[in-house]
Amino acid sequence: MKKLFAVLMALVMVLSFAACGNESSAEGGSVYWLNFKPESDEVLKELAAKYTEETGVEVKIETAASGTYNETLTAEMDKSEAPTIFVVGNQAAVDTWGDYCLDLSDTAIADELNTDAYMLYDADGKLCSIGYCYECYGIIVNNALLNKAGHDVSEITNFETLKAVVEDITARSEELGFGAFTSNAMDGSSSWRYTGHMINLEYYYEYAENPEAWANGTACAPELTGAYMDNFKALYDLAVTNSIVDRKELANGGFDAQAEFAEEKAAFYVQGSWEAGGLEGKGMDLSKLSMIPYYCGVEGEEKAGLNCGTENYWAINGNASEADIQATIDFMVWLVTDAEASEAAVGTFGVMPYKSAAVSTNPFLAQANAYLGDGCYNMAWITNFQPNVDAYRATAVSAMNDYNADPSDANWEKVVTAFVDGWAVQYAAANG
Amino acid sequence: MKRKHDSAAVNSDMIRKPIQRWAPFFLWPMVAAFLIGFVWPFFHGLFLSFCKFQTTSNWEWVGINNYAKALQDQSFVYSFGFTAIFAVVSLVLINVFAFAVAYALTQKIKGANLFRTVFFMPNLIGGIVLGYIWSMIFDGFLAYYEKSILTDTGWGFWGLIILTCWQQIGYMMIIYIAGLQAVPEDMLEAAKIDGASGWQTLFKVTIPNVMPSITICTFLSLTNGFKLFDQNLALTGGLPYTINPDGTAVHTTEMLALNIYNTFYGQSSTSRGVAQAKAVLFFILVATLAIAQLTATRKKEVQQ
Repeated sequence: MKKLFAVLMALVMVLSFAACGNESSAEGGSVYWLNFKPESDEVLKELAAKYTEETGVEVKIETAASGTYNETLTAEMDKSEAPTIFVVGNQAAVDTWGDYCLDLSDTAIADELNTDAYMLYDADGKLCSIGYCYECYGIIVNNALLNKAGHDVSEITNFETLKAVVEDITARSEELGFGAFTSNAMDGSSSWRYTGHMINLEYYYEYAENPEAWANGTACAPELTGAYMDNFKALYDLAVTNSIVDRKELANGGFDAQAEFAEEKAAFYVQGSWEAGGLEGKGMDLSKLSMIPYYCGVEGEEKAGLNCGTENYWAINGNASEADIQATIDFMVWLVTDAEASEAAVGTFGVMPYKSAAVSTNPFLAQANAYLGDGCYNMAWITNFQPNVDAYRATAVSAMNDYNADPSDANWEKVVTAFVDGWAVQYAAANG
Repeated sequence: MKRKHDSAAVNSDMIRKPIQRWAPFFLWPMVAAFLIGFVWPFFHGLFLSFCKFQTTSNWEWVGINNYAKALQDQSFVYSFGFTAIFAVVSLVLINVFAFAVAYALTQKIKGANLFRTVFFMPNLIGGIVLGYIWSMIFDGFLAYYEKSILTDTGWGFWGLIILTCWQQIGYMMIIYIAGLQAVPEDMLEAAKIDGASGWQTLFKVTIPNVMPSITICTFLSLTNGFKLFDQNLALTGGLPYTINPDGTAVHTTEMLALNIYNTFYGQSSTSRGVAQAKAVLFFILVATLAIAQLTATRKKEVQQ
């Protein structure tokens, strides 16, 4: 009896181990999407359930915690049930994950795209990933507050006029009851607004001047000239010196810029189109908000538009089984063509650049298009080329912390070194 | 006289047989867990340190290249130095304070049990949480002087020391208390009768008798010092960096474990093998130090 018991226990143990690694998928293939955007998790899970209900194909959505996508992807890719859809959003990710990407050229999903602006290729010209939504960033302006101060957003057409309005608001902030810029914290939850977004003005103008160095926007330049660092400095200084939070407190962070803006403590907010939902949720009337480009004193910037681009690129796992790949493509096509599904997806993603996808309702993206309609140039996301992006940005944050603690010329030199020379260092490290 | 068979003795058949029969049942799950959770990952990791890889199942053999790159990496050398200084300073401070607190709390003072509990409590909080709590405390204090722990290497270093001491003193204290309570009363009494002063008793009688506790405490605080990771990540994250004119940066408060982590994730996949090589070097270093330190202090232990 005891022996039987022991044998049984041993069997249970062995079987429970075996069960861990042996969840076989359905014969028709299944979909596993490792999602990059935490704010979209809920909507995607609902869509996945709906798709399973309609077609019987299993769709699994997992979302990596904010800022840990690379770590999560590294772990998940090792499993036998690896993600079939994952996000390869910039050149650094292509370098790391290119081997895993299915060549998307001529797939049914790539054929649905309505533009070729959002495609990432590896060094051999393989189409590794395609954009599934795009976004825009710039400076969000609360026009109602500007009116209160006797100004209007239409006054602002370049750096000079922006500076005049901002400095006037700062000078009268006590009387007005609000300041110019929200906090510009440099902790991990917010520093990317500067090291990942605002710095794009420097990269973009360098790129516009010499697109060959970037293979016309398809490859990373090995080094920067730093020619427009002074323009970055002009706008950055304007934002931090006219902020409702002192620049010396920015390193530690702990501020909630979105709340400051929603509570109308400040009229300007360095952010992007994805904030629309959050601001609306905090009770803001989006019709009184506008987004203006990064005006920074570059000649001809009256014709600047917003920074449109994306880090949201779909890649399909080329190591997955034929059936899984087919199921994945079918699911993606459904997502961008089915009226109801694409409406829900567009609701969380903003704009999806696909022929039959629902039309976006995001006011900032509508504005980005209006700028383009007026003949303004789009400031493309050259940021996506940042080599070894995490290490590169961390160095810049450290230099900017020193500069904020003591805004001397010597400390600004360090910021320039971090951004410009740091680029070459990380480029060599990533490609060496 | 022939001994009678005692059925309650440990070596009797009555007890030995069931133990023999059931031993595998209790033993094998542990062995399996050890093999799966330690031995296999260890050797797999060792193997990967000679490879270029993106995920652990997708590798390409590159030989000792990774080790060469790891040793040439200035940031690794720097963080080794920083970690060594940190480990020594925290070792001394933790043990001196832990011993002092333990000594005080074994004297008959009121509320000793309450104090023991309070001193031990920080050890129950996770490192990441502690790191963020202390970063708020330090920043609240430093903000008054318009400074930040993230902009000054010295503040960062002492911040880490304070945090580590605060967390570990209570734990070491418990071990010292156990040691102090085991010092034979008669020895202390003999010392008293022979006219030894308080200091003489401490150094000639008490400390030699608590040597086993000192061995284990120095061992723990030394290896803890070298292995420190979560506190480092949460409190300073390696900031501030020194930016060299050529664009490279030294992370001035980055310790070894964080350096390995940043090499693995902060850079492209070409550096994952290098990070793995660093981790192997790191293991060899900590193991060597720990064994050397154990042998050295063991020699000083006395038999009671």
